[in-house]
Amino acid sequence: MTRLFSIVAALLLASSPLAVRAQEAGARTPQADEHGGMDHGAMDHSQMDMSGMDISGQDMKGMDHSDHAMSASTVSDEPGDAPPPPVPSDFPAERFFAPDRMAASRAAMVKEMKFSTFALQVDQLELRTGKGGDRIGWEGQAWYGGDIDRIVLASEGEGIFGERAERIELNAYWRHALDPWFNLQLGMRRDFRPDPQRTYALVGIEGLAPYWFELQGQLLVSNKGDLHARGKAGYTQRITQSLVVEPEAEVDFAFQDVPALNVGAGFERLEMGVRLRYERNRSLAPYVGINWERKLGGTADLARAAGDGVSGVSAVFGVRAMF
Amino acid sequence: MRIAVTNRLKEQTSIHWHGLLVPFQMDGVPGVSFPGINPGETFVYEFPLTHSGTFWYHSHSGMQEAEGLFGPIVIDPAGRDPIACDREHVLVLSDWSPIHPHEQMRRLKMMGGYFNRQRQTLFGLLAGKDQSLADRLAWGKMRMDATDISDVTGSTYSFLVNGHGNAENWTGFFAPGEKVRLRVINASSMTNFNFRIPGLPLTVVAADGNPVQPVETDEVQIAIAETYDFIVEPGAAESCGVIAEAIDRSGLVRATLAQRLGLVGEIPKLRERPVLTMRDMGMDMSGMDMGEGGEIDLSKPANSSMSGHSMSMRDPSVAPSVKMGPGVATLSPMPVDRLADRPTGLEAVDHRVLTYADLRSRDPNPDPRVPSRQIDVHLTAAMERYMWSMDGEAMSENPAPIPFRLGERVRVNLINDTMMPHPIHIHGHFFELVSGEPGSRARKHTVNVLPGGKASFDLTADAEGDWAFHCHMLLHMHAGMMRVVTVRKEAAA
Repeated sequence: MTRLFSIVAALLLASSPLAVRAQEAGARTPQADEHGGMDHGAMDHSQMDMSGMDISGQDMKGMDHSDHAMSASTVSDEPGDAPPPPVPSDFPAERFFAPDRMAASRAAMVKEMKFSTFALQVDQLELRTGKGGDRIGWEGQAWYGGDIDRIVLASEGEGIFGERAERIELNAYWRHALDPWFNLQLGMRRDFRPDPQRTYALVGIEGLAPYWFELQGQLLVSNKGDLHARGKAGYTQRITQSLVVEPEAEVDFAFQDVPALNVGAGFERLEMGVRLRYERNRSLAPYVGINWERKLGGTADLARAAGDGVSGVSAVFGVRAMF
Repeated sequence: MRIAVTNRLKEQTSIHWHGLLVPFQMDGVPGVSFPGINPGETFVYEFPLTHSGTFWYHSHSGMQEAEGLFGPIVIDPAGRDPIACDREHVLVLSDWSPIHPHEQMRRLKMMGGYFNRQRQTLFGLLAGKDQSLADRLAWGKMRMDATDISDVTGSTYSFLVNGHGNAENWTGFFAPGEKVRLRVINASSMTNFNFRIPGLPLTVVAADGNPVQPVETDEVQIAIAETYDFIVEPGAAESCGVIAEAIDRSGLVRATLAQRLGLVGEIPKLRERPVLTMRDMGMDMSGMDMGEGGEIDLSKPANSSMSGHSMSMRDPSVAPSVKMGPGVATLSPMPVDRLADRPTGLEAVDHRVLTYADLRSRDPNPDPRVPSRQIDVHLTAAMERYMWSMDGEAMSENPAPIPFRLGERVRVNLINDTMMPHPIHIHGHFFELVSGEPGSRARKHTVNVLPGGKASFDLTADAEGDWAFHCHMLLHMHAGMMRVVTVRKEAAA
């Protein structure tokens, strides 16, 4: 068998006029020159199951390669089911280098591949111009950590230029990855404005939902015992590579009246915005947009009773930054 | 041979001899084969040269390779080289960014698509480009980006041949009628290249340093860390452009083969950025109607054979060995062997394209045994988090090594559960790609596993010691797509 294969192969090699093989035609003829030194006799064919192989087809003209790969592999080339060896616990490099240096080197490699870093992402830093005068608004976060666990400092707020801010919220939470898309938030929120100031315990879920919607839901319990919820949704639509439109909505809900904060039970506040940004540069992207904010339900009633407006539309101009 | 390497950097370094079979303690991987070379220290590498071909070296410390610590190695055969040529040139392909690789990684962790400036847009949809609305919705539902071809792209990279960009135009000479051997090494940190010389066929004569039966083609995707040797015959042409195009088509570099200095090869237009398909998700498309333009209707079942198969993109039962968690966004439900597939982005080009199935070893494979066992290794990721791993576990989690017995022959099935090709490299060994009949299978040190697909190789674990086994996309390796492979004499029972 082995002998016959060698002879046939040698004949074919010697008679081969082609130096190369044309892939498209599927023809393939080994080059005689290149095989001059090849000793087929020395090849161990004893372990190869050639029973299904047509020796005359060794020139493989017109052979469909991918097909053959499949059939050859499944018939004669199926690996056995020997058990794997045990996982060793030794380090052979320690036979050549000081074990303490190797141990330090192993630790250094693992540490180096453990990603931990700082990032600052300012989603909104903007001027809001509307009937009520010019305001400044912001939303952003800084974080430190790795893929699974991060410490996040997030803030959002709004205020009139040159006056006391109306709303300043600072969140500090542990962000823990739950699955490939969603994270758990566990921490605190401190509202420096409005007065009186409140501190909340915070538990939330944030992440990327099917169809690329960015969602966030939080439950907040204040140091006075009142319970609130906040929901957020956003979507990023690229118009071109650099022009991006991002609609967003944020809604607050109170589970009870909180007279001190002029909040009535039920939906408190809805904020919706659309921002069109020019993101030629990811680290600093200017945008324009519209922001609409409205107090709702009992909270709106309280505002009306106090003679305050309940809704406002503003044009916004700002920058999004990523460092 | 003996090479003394003195570290004049302010940080630790190392040199790994990529593709050379050396004793493991000379392989140059800190934390695996040796402790690294400290600043001011000299390390003497000493190993026998047992084989010849085109190889390269690079640092295996930090991400120094991305900063330029690499170079080519050519070992001539002891006797006459059976690969005849009149002249040869070495072409080292690389990518260079002014952004430090650690900073690239940080930005990608903030935003998986940070460097991708070729995503699908509303304008594209209105202009009828890329995916149809139905496909965009179907992919959006799975939170998968069909344009996620490369992580770090031409938006920050300059692509180089021997350190030269298009303007510097690296030029190699030839005389009319000469047979020229090109030794091409992809030393990029994150760029797979499509390599071609428009108008001139390439005859592949070696892959990863090992001679192959000559095969003529028009274009070859050279994955990171692979080397290919080509014979080209420019004939009487005055000059021709040698083109290495990033697979996401975010840029290209042109070098020139010329009869004299001053001639400039033509720079072709960048071709359209590819869009991934369901095959890249690991869904078998056999018998599936692809439609005219390769469009896919996800609302229809692919074919009847799929009934009973999970079409979920994250069904743990298809990969029991994978540790599920936030780092595993998808599992290919029906991965198929893609060694005979044209590589990503070259599926439809109208000339010949090399596939791994076209490669046959010139010399008979040294070990004809059928493997005594096989193992599956899943390549896993969560693109939006920029997490990369093997079997769901990152190297930083200190996973158990992959054990081999000295001398045993094992089939390794690499299963790509991600949407990106991964050039997987094993140190200290060559393996045979499981494609075509056994005996003359292509011997390589790196195989690019296509998205959603499978690639199998047979490995004879003949080099005792500890070896690195990893994706050669530098950021993927660094993020965790790596394992240590152990080769030990079996203890006497």
